[in-house]
Amino acid sequence: MAIIERPSEEVALAPSSVPEVATPSTSYGIFRRPVETTGWKSWLFTIDHKKLGIMYGVVAMFFFIVGGIEALLIRLQLAGPNGTVLSADKYNQMFTMHATTMVFLFVMPMAAAFANYFVPLQIGARDVAFPRINAFGFWAFCFGGIFLNTSWFLGGAADGGWFMYAPNSSVAFSPSNGVDFWGLGLQITGIASLTGAINLIVTVINMRAPGMSLMKMPIFTWMVVVVQFLLLFAMPVITVALFMLMFQRSFDATFFSVEAGADPLLWQHLFWIFGHPEVYIIVLPSFGIVSEILPVFSKKPLFGYPLVVFSGAAIGFVGWGVWAHHMFASGLGPISVAAFSVATMAIAIPTGVKIVNWTMTMWGGKIKFTVPMLYAVGVIVQFTIGGLSGVTHSVAPSDTQQTDTYYIVAHFHYVIFGGAVLGLFAGFYYWWPKMFGKMLSERLGRWNFWLTIIGMNLTFGPMHVVGLQGQPRRMYVWTENRAGEGFFNIGFWNLVASIGSFVLALGVLTFLINVVISHRKGTAKAPLDPWDARSLEWITTSPPKEHNFDRIPTVGHLDEFFHRKYEDRGSGDHHEFHQVATGEEVVANEEAHAESHIHLPSPSYWPILLALSLPIMGYGIIFNLFLLFGGAVLALVSLYGWGLEPHTAGDDEFDPPTGAALEVAAHG
Amino acid sequence: MADTAVHSDAHIEHAGHHTSTGLSNNKLAMWMFLGSECLLFGGLISTYMLYRGRHSANLGPDQVWDIPFTSSSSFVLLMSSLTMVLAVSSANRDDDRNTKVWLSVTALLGALFVAGQVYEFTSFYREGLGFTTSLFSSSFYTLTGFHGVHVSVGIIMLMSLVGMISKNKVVGDKKEVVELFGLYWHFVDVVWILIFTLVYLIPA
Amino acid sequence: MTTATEHHDSHEDTHEGHGLTDAGYIKIALFLAAITAVEVVFSYTQDSLGAAFLPGLLILMAVKFFMVLLYFMHLKFDSKLFSLMFYIGMTLAIGCYLVFLTTLHFFES
Repeated sequence: MAIIERPSEEVALAPSSVPEVATPSTSYGIFRRPVETTGWKSWLFTIDHKKLGIMYGVVAMFFFIVGGIEALLIRLQLAGPNGTVLSADKYNQMFTMHATTMVFLFVMPMAAAFANYFVPLQIGARDVAFPRINAFGFWAFCFGGIFLNTSWFLGGAADGGWFMYAPNSSVAFSPSNGVDFWGLGLQITGIASLTGAINLIVTVINMRAPGMSLMKMPIFTWMVVVVQFLLLFAMPVITVALFMLMFQRSFDATFFSVEAGADPLLWQHLFWIFGHPEVYIIVLPSFGIVSEILPVFSKKPLFGYPLVVFSGAAIGFVGWGVWAHHMFASGLGPISVAAFSVATMAIAIPTGVKIVNWTMTMWGGKIKFTVPMLYAVGVIVQFTIGGLSGVTHSVAPSDTQQTDTYYIVAHFHYVIFGGAVLGLFAGFYYWWPKMFGKMLSERLGRWNFWLTIIGMNLTFGPMHVVGLQGQPRRMYVWTENRAGEGFFNIGFWNLVASIGSFVLALGVLTFLINVVISHRKGTAKAPLDPWDARSLEWITTSPPKEHNFDRIPTVGHLDEFFHRKYEDRGSGDHHEFHQVATGEEVVANEEAHAESHIHLPSPSYWPILLALSLPIMGYGIIFNLFLLFGGAVLALVSLYGWGLEPHTAGDDEFDPPTGAALEVAAHG
Repeated sequence: MADTAVHSDAHIEHAGHHTSTGLSNNKLAMWMFLGSECLLFGGLISTYMLYRGRHSANLGPDQVWDIPFTSSSSFVLLMSSLTMVLAVSSANRDDDRNTKVWLSVTALLGALFVAGQVYEFTSFYREGLGFTTSLFSSSFYTLTGFHGVHVSVGIIMLMSLVGMISKNKVVGDKKEVVELFGLYWHFVDVVWILIFTLVYLIPA
Repeated sequence: MTTATEHHDSHEDTHEGHGLTDAGYIKIALFLAAITAVEVVFSYTQDSLGAAFLPGLLILMAVKFFMVLLYFMHLKFDSKLFSLMFYIGMTLAIGCYLVFLTTLHFFES
């Protein structure tokens, strides 16, 4: 059993050269440092990447349900002619918030949940590079999301669509405070993304276990790195746009006032320079998850690992040069349209490479169709459908016909739901035993999978048809006498889509039931290595101890865990793997060689307080400038508290304040 | 190539609390932040460039600029970069006294620059160029205002740092903390180098 | 001009093997100040410079930009990884925003 010592002068995650470390004996907070390891305080003030990962997941799941209910209301409204479920105004708010919630408050943070939890484990680190910044990032996201949704109760939510085109989002067209909430809320979650991005990149560059060169990193970690680079450089662009929108709406600036000579495409460009990398930010983490799962259940290494890495990076890079394909219908001029059209077609190449690699990974493998594997295969199939309709958009003349119809809605739901969300569900089932030490039920999981797949195809499939029939997206009501006839009657297909959305909701409900059932008292503990997995995060207990690894593993291979369990007895190019150890034995061996001195950074009040100051300032900008001042004071106090606080709490901050070693039992 | 990385990684790890690359986490994070800031200021500068000609006949850049004045304040900011680098250099020699002196001088020069900006904004405003007057004025005030806020934040950080050094309450490696502040400060200066030429010297 | 002495200085500097001496930094600052002066002169002699005006100013700006970046910010002496982080951002910014301005017909006026 490893002992976590009370910290001494050493700082666990100190920079490389620490000749003169000033170590003040007390922290400067009003309160004693929150050093608890159990109870609500241990969650509220935690800086443990695993706890933060779980909290990211829980909050994101909450917003998934909120966004899902919004989607169901939209589908109810459109199920029949002359829908009366929502007024036109409420409908506008509903689709805007549905998209905003799903993109910024569900998919991105859910990917952040996995990244937070698994990147340090996959690279053999004890925590991220900046644990307090990590905590700040989570709370900024959480408070930002709540802030955004309070607009429902404070005069109405944003109603300009998720890309909030200015000048359509100016006060004249959207007089409620909704757009202000939207802009400020996204600024706050944007800060969370930016700090998270810097943190994770530094973690991966600097905190890898000995022997883990970049090309030995698990593929999920690789995809996360690409995503964080995209976030790092895309976030400031939307920040500029959001600031301009805020100045326009709150302080009467003229950036988007066409009557003053403003360029109506300014916002569109800035938004999509951010928005297209954002598409890959959404989908690449799931690609990483799928690339982890396919080899495990095919009993084969990932086919062409370097190609998958490089194609991921290439997608990230080319993703910067295609933004104007969202604007083909805006009159860019033939040269711009042609250039962006070609670039867009080019991005299908690295994406296709990935699909081929996944298929080749399964080819000839001993495939086991567990629930995670089903979801992973689901991603390949559903995302390919979305990818193909995407190629039809890249052809500008065809896109001109499709712009702002349901065909576009169909496309991006196949990509986002079929690509990103299914991948996240694959991750839930695959990593659940690792995170919680309990298996999710395979039987319910199959129900979950098939209901989801059938539901999504029933919902989004018909949208291709109604879109090509000309039904505009964001149309809040349709009438019988304009619905068309026969097979292409949009009334019929809208009804199918609405029924499908409830099947989909049932699928998600099955997942929640599965979670509850698996965590009832008395359910068996999950085996340590239920899937015969391959990567580093499995070389520790489930759930991992607070310090992750008893001994920092030394890495010799890609798929290190696999190579500790299996020995290659073939010769030359012929590989013949024989099992030499079970997962339990590998972990037991690590525990037997536990390191005796492990220093972890201590929890802190300041991240949550600093994050709390952000929505206060947000309300201040919208309602009362005194509140802005109050928020700024809180931010300043938190920053000073943060800056003056050592990474680890001093001995006297423990209760009782003795210098004796503190034994921490592995939880779970 | 991968193999050498393995060996050097393993070597470094034995030496204690070291990072995989041997580089400081904080410094790496700061450079990433500055890389990210490029896209922030790039967006603001581009918007200004797009809108600089969109104003009423008598209130455009060519009418309101006071080049001698702005040149002097640019010079002040440029010299603050020199004093900043001297502070870093003093910190590297463990010379606390000179570090504090140079940091203070840097903050002072920064404050002088901000004061100049306040004066400049006030005089433009008196000439009738408000924030909402035209596309040119909105984008100009936003761009230079963002830069001014960066300088002001830098001044507050510099003064805090001087206080922390005096009371010996710097958390972490003091040399590195000073160096990180320096990077931020120089970046702000670099942005002004761009603004000075693109906004002030090139006529609209 | 001062390049030779700078390199000499950097070898003399003992601490951590990078950076210049204080005298080196002062020389660079003087050089930067001189360029700024030239820039201001440029802006007053625009008519006589003709076509050389705009490229000239931009080149001077770039020289100042990189002098601060390479010497004051130590990129020249530091790990290439730091340079990489910054240059990715810089390149993306220049690339994206140039395309942005081009599609908005900025360069046609």
